[in-house]
Amino acid sequence: MSFKKFKEFTSTVVPLATENIDTDQIIPARFLKAVERKGFGEKLFHDWRYDEKGNKIASFELNDQRYSGKILLAGKNFGCGSSREHAAWALYDYGFRAIISSYFADIFTNNAFNNGLLPIQVSEDELAVLMKQVADEPDSMIEVNLAHQKIIITEKKIKYSFEINAYKKECLIKGYDDFSYLQSMLTDIEKYEQSRNTAF
Amino acid sequence: MENNTLFDKIWDSHVVKKVAGGPNVLYIDRHYIHEVTSPVAFGNLEGRGLKVLRPEKTIATMDHNIPTENQHLPIQDLLSRNQVETLEENCKAHGIKLFDLNHDNLGIVHVIGPELGLTQPGMTVVCGDSHTSTHGALGSVAFGIGTSEVEMVFGTQCIMQSKPKKMRISINGNLNKAVTSKDIILYIISKISSSGGTGYFIEFAGNTIRNLSMEARMSLCNMSIECGARGGLIAPDQLTFEYLKGKDYSPSGEDWKKKIMEWTLLKSDPGASFDMEYSYEAADIFPMITYGTNPGMGMDITGRIPHNNADESFKKALDYMGFEAGEKLIGKPVDFVFVGSCTNGRIEDFRMFANLVKGRKKADNITAWIVPGSKSVEKEIRKEGIVEILENSGFALRQPGCSACLAMNDDKVPAGNYAVSTSNRNFEGRQGPGARTLLASPLVAAAAAVTGVITNPVELLE
Repeated sequence: MSFKKFKEFTSTVVPLATENIDTDQIIPARFLKAVERKGFGEKLFHDWRYDEKGNKIASFELNDQRYSGKILLAGKNFGCGSSREHAAWALYDYGFRAIISSYFADIFTNNAFNNGLLPIQVSEDELAVLMKQVADEPDSMIEVNLAHQKIIITEKKIKYSFEINAYKKECLIKGYDDFSYLQSMLTDIEKYEQSRNTAF
Repeated sequence: MENNTLFDKIWDSHVVKKVAGGPNVLYIDRHYIHEVTSPVAFGNLEGRGLKVLRPEKTIATMDHNIPTENQHLPIQDLLSRNQVETLEENCKAHGIKLFDLNHDNLGIVHVIGPELGLTQPGMTVVCGDSHTSTHGALGSVAFGIGTSEVEMVFGTQCIMQSKPKKMRISINGNLNKAVTSKDIILYIISKISSSGGTGYFIEFAGNTIRNLSMEARMSLCNMSIECGARGGLIAPDQLTFEYLKGKDYSPSGEDWKKKIMEWTLLKSDPGASFDMEYSYEAADIFPMITYGTNPGMGMDITGRIPHNNADESFKKALDYMGFEAGEKLIGKPVDFVFVGSCTNGRIEDFRMFANLVKGRKKADNITAWIVPGSKSVEKEIRKEGIVEILENSGFALRQPGCSACLAMNDDKVPAGNYAVSTSNRNFEGRQGPGARTLLASPLVAAAAAVTGVITNPVELLE
């Protein structure tokens, strides 16, 4: 479905320095039994957030009073593993609108874009600077400017650029989804089917 | 097309349109669906007032949620039952062929696709499941997609994808004793890490790969996603054609002859260039096992866990596993053994396992789950007398499904317990909250199952 237009915003950050956070951690498989997309935010990082009795684990960053906001700052290779889109749904439903990391898994990247969640890839050095900044000053505000492809911490003179392909950028800004685009291509798709000889 | 890779040839011939500054509109030949990642896609499609555009190109099975015992009875878990019933209703409403619990073709999606001849060389194949990479073993471009993309295939038979970069991994030479394709892929991931393939599509090449059976090639391609790659593929050859000949959905007659001519062209040109190349010697690969919480944390089973003190994530993984840097795994007690999944749930895997446990007894401390990947595999296990070998050694055969690979059904490893598993992921909690997974081949699993501890299978083979 089409989603809300992505607007630039400024927010505090939740840091999660662990590397290789896989989609089984973002949302464990046993919560994938729903047939509708709702309520996944409650299960986000479930087994890191709650103990076996359902009590919050105080040391986990999402439960840490110092951290909140619409930006998740994550260790390298975020979103690896399973293709479950529930991971993107859970992050969005919880309230995240952008994830900053030095590396994202491919399928997760597509799933994020298809749900209006912006994956922002920075260099490893930049990620280290941001991690330290947020650890030192948990109230740090990061501005996410999609139009100019920048993340900015004004008072620290931090301004990092990120890449995004022009099509995906326009989709996010205008709130378009790939489905609508593909539907507008149906005539071409049918032509392709007819013209197709199976020689490679 | 003199300098194209196999991947280029298949991908480029499926591009309907290149979007300026953006992804390709990619046409999909074969779409597999299962109960977990399809319901929201059907719901959204119906919300748009649409039907599935090419229902004959989509095939459905139920695998993730289903119990591996008493499949003739109603599913006890109400949420699982609802998901399975929702799939039945959706397939009926949209005219999609479904292999349900009563159907002889039921099985794990990545086991039944190849075994029925539904996946063929040169195809683009997708499924809302990351291990769709398995199908690359037949020389197809196959990869996992999200639910939004499942909906796109339903509505338009296309998805929007940026073309991945190209990587070639070559393995040459004869394999050492007790080394399987599972060990090859665990070795590769331990070398290039669990993110080393991100952004790439891999072609596996070299004479070691060429000499692998079709099923061994599937186990290899299956785990290409575990190094982050979109998928992995192997050029089809005579073995591929022999494997496909006469299968239920394979072409036949004149059509077969025509297809063989087309498929023979599916290989990388001699001058093809890759964005990244790796080459390894088969002689350097020994039976592997993982010690951490991502598939890149693997080592020779006789080795010692490496030191990586500076890395907090590494330390966190060892803490979860209850291991220490520098220690050996050989001789450590194990609680569970799981043989099955889309990685190692095919007949050759059960033959390997049975060959090692034959004449030996299951160790008392081991709970074993032996789960065929499909009803067809189950039937073959019975036909070949493997089930008697298993039972004489104290193992029971269960019914097909994804089972303990991701523990969505009742096959869960209890917290703190160790499982030697032939599946594909050792992530925290993957086989149940708190479960500790050690990924390995069916031979390593068999050695652990009869000794009760982590054992080098080389010592138990003639």
